[in-house]
Amino acid sequence: MQLVLNEDQELLAKIAADFVREHSPVSRVRALRDAKDPVGFSRELWKQMAELGWLGIPYPESMGGAGLGFAELAVVLEALGRTLAPEPFLSTVLLGGQVLLRGGSDAQQAAWLPKLVKGEAILTLAYQEPRSRYDPRRVATRAEPDGTGLRLSGDKIQVLDGHVADALIVSARTAGDEADADGVGLFLVRAGAEGLEVERQLRIDSRNASLLRLRRVPAEAVAGGAELLERVVDLATAGLCAEMLGAMSEIFDVTLDYLRTREQFGVPIGSFQALKHRAAQLFIEIELARSAVMAATRALDEELDDASSLVSLAKARCSDAFVRVGNESIQMHGGIGMTDEYDMGFYLKRARVAELSFGDAAYHRDRWARRSGY
Amino acid sequence: MGELEAFREEVRGWLLENAPRSLVGQSSSQLEGTWGGRKATYPNPDSRRWLDVAAERGFTAPTWPTAYGGGGLSPAEAKVLQQEMRKLELPLPLIGFGLTMIGPTLLQYGTEEQKLEHLPRICRGEIRWCQGYSEPSAGSDLASLKTRAVREGDTFVIDGEKVWTSYADLADWMFALVRTDPEAKKQAGITFLLLDMETPGVEVRPITLISGSSPFCETFFKDVRVPVANVVGTINGGWTVAKALLGHERSMIADAFGGGSGRGGGARLPELAREYLGEANGGVADPLLRDAIAQNEMDTRCFHLTVQRARDAAKAGHAPGPESSLFKVYATELNQRRYELMIAIAGPQGLGWEGPGFDAEELARTREWLRSRGNTIEGGTSEIQLNIIAKRVLRLPD
Repeated sequence: MQLVLNEDQELLAKIAADFVREHSPVSRVRALRDAKDPVGFSRELWKQMAELGWLGIPYPESMGGAGLGFAELAVVLEALGRTLAPEPFLSTVLLGGQVLLRGGSDAQQAAWLPKLVKGEAILTLAYQEPRSRYDPRRVATRAEPDGTGLRLSGDKIQVLDGHVADALIVSARTAGDEADADGVGLFLVRAGAEGLEVERQLRIDSRNASLLRLRRVPAEAVAGGAELLERVVDLATAGLCAEMLGAMSEIFDVTLDYLRTREQFGVPIGSFQALKHRAAQLFIEIELARSAVMAATRALDEELDDASSLVSLAKARCSDAFVRVGNESIQMHGGIGMTDEYDMGFYLKRARVAELSFGDAAYHRDRWARRSGY
Repeated sequence: MGELEAFREEVRGWLLENAPRSLVGQSSSQLEGTWGGRKATYPNPDSRRWLDVAAERGFTAPTWPTAYGGGGLSPAEAKVLQQEMRKLELPLPLIGFGLTMIGPTLLQYGTEEQKLEHLPRICRGEIRWCQGYSEPSAGSDLASLKTRAVREGDTFVIDGEKVWTSYADLADWMFALVRTDPEAKKQAGITFLLLDMETPGVEVRPITLISGSSPFCETFFKDVRVPVANVVGTINGGWTVAKALLGHERSMIADAFGGGSGRGGGARLPELAREYLGEANGGVADPLLRDAIAQNEMDTRCFHLTVQRARDAAKAGHAPGPESSLFKVYATELNQRRYELMIAIAGPQGLGWEGPGFDAEELARTREWLRSRGNTIEGGTSEIQLNIIAKRVLRLPD
């Protein structure tokens, strides 16, 4: 594993940074929030990202993708994270699409993945439930045979982009009790299916999440159970970490600028040692987070045995670091940082949501310890 | 790649033929080894043989030029040598400040005469070096040092006092900072020079630390006469040399403390916790300590990945990135947290000073914990490291 960007990745990073600067300022997130936008992201920009080839990065060329890996995708997600771009990468490219890529039948893949790569289909994964917290294997939703088909019943929460998804992958049980490790399967449900109720939630970060109520909803099976589910959540977690890394780097840069220019007592406040040391500590946290994210994405690409542990390493580290950088950035900005007019609040809100998505730091320390045999 | 593999074969064969059997499998880290010097003792005579045979081949200083007693190896070849020695769990044939601090500094700033005089003797382990930097009133503010050197013809006459001179009582030579121009601005009046510890007027007294012992000493100078030819760099230009040497020192400290190193600190935390706390559900019984252990192990992994990232970037031809500036401060704080945690895991068994009721490993661990408190002070305090990051990396104003 090489923890350094190669030339192609450097170039991709530059293209992504230029694109974000030109098309995706953080004011876009504010506008979507203030307008209570019914979609919650820009379909036009999503289409442009598809044309740049970003949606197809981790999909094979036969489906219109680039056949690249998560190291490359992370470069793009980090750039988008810098301005909190709300487009549906996590739900579509990393969750729903990856389940179909790894477990879908030829027909399912042909029906959805070329469209996904072109930006013409939004997919998502519904796996969390009111009682499951972060454990993907804890599933109460049931899949029951109905003639030649299947019907799902249960409730799902935190379904990313659920209200605009064209297809939803839903975890459900064919056997066993809620907490049993075995008996979990994955199923494809189409938007607008009979018995499916999707309700959009409003969370602090203004990003799309939905509640799902499934009452005997017709569904088709996708191959792969809890193991595939866990692997796909790992992929999405690594992607989220890259986004978090970009966002924390951005507000740290903004805060450093502020420390250099804001004057009190006749001097720049960045000359005060109390603030210098705290800034230096944040720098260390971010550098360590970067190492972990680079290692996790490369371990996933190379399918290393400890890939899941490295994903937990990255998520624990990014969760703690992003929240800390968010809190400190507001503190160092003083009153201006508390105003809604200033952008800092958007980052802190996203930090908190990201922290509690796919498992918080304590969850991932527990997972690391279990995977390490203690 | 073919040449490197051929070199690997050659090195492996050489090690199997020349490394004393009694030392194979004796060292799990690359930090243990012989210090050498005139006062060296060798509890195992094979350690001396290993030093001699390795020095003959240039393997005590693998990357130094052969003209000065080194091995003349490329960095890639030196890494192969290190890997092959690690496979055999061999201790290093020679360790010490000659190899890690003054040697690299002389290669950079020494005259040809100085290199020829000192480097071969360092490589052969004949001379052990100590560092005369800190003084009672010059700690973090090193440039305020007061030890005077007054020129009389071809000699400097030195009067003053150094403190925290590691192993001064066992060392043969010292590299020291002295004030040669009391009128100049702080950094401008300092000179870097080399002196023989047997010169009349040098007196050494050991210091006892809270851990009960220590390598540290106070060193006193009274009318100590040193040839002007022993100045490294220029007279009054010693600060430049001193800073370069501190860079070597910090990278050495970071290497040394990247996760427990001593006799009591080598155990893995989860195993230690199982031993003292027992098991529940296949894991460590105490959930809070288990979480703290995971935190520490994950921090350690992140640190090692960051070191790897810096190396990979260097190999790819990039200039050193900002990440390397965090090594010293993070590695030492990590080492402290690790020892804190080991004492917490051991509980009452972590409190032993000496005598009955505690095994050797427990006693060593307790003292290593106490000693570890100094890690964030020596070689530039954590606060100084953070100042450096704030200034050089983050460009925050003075």
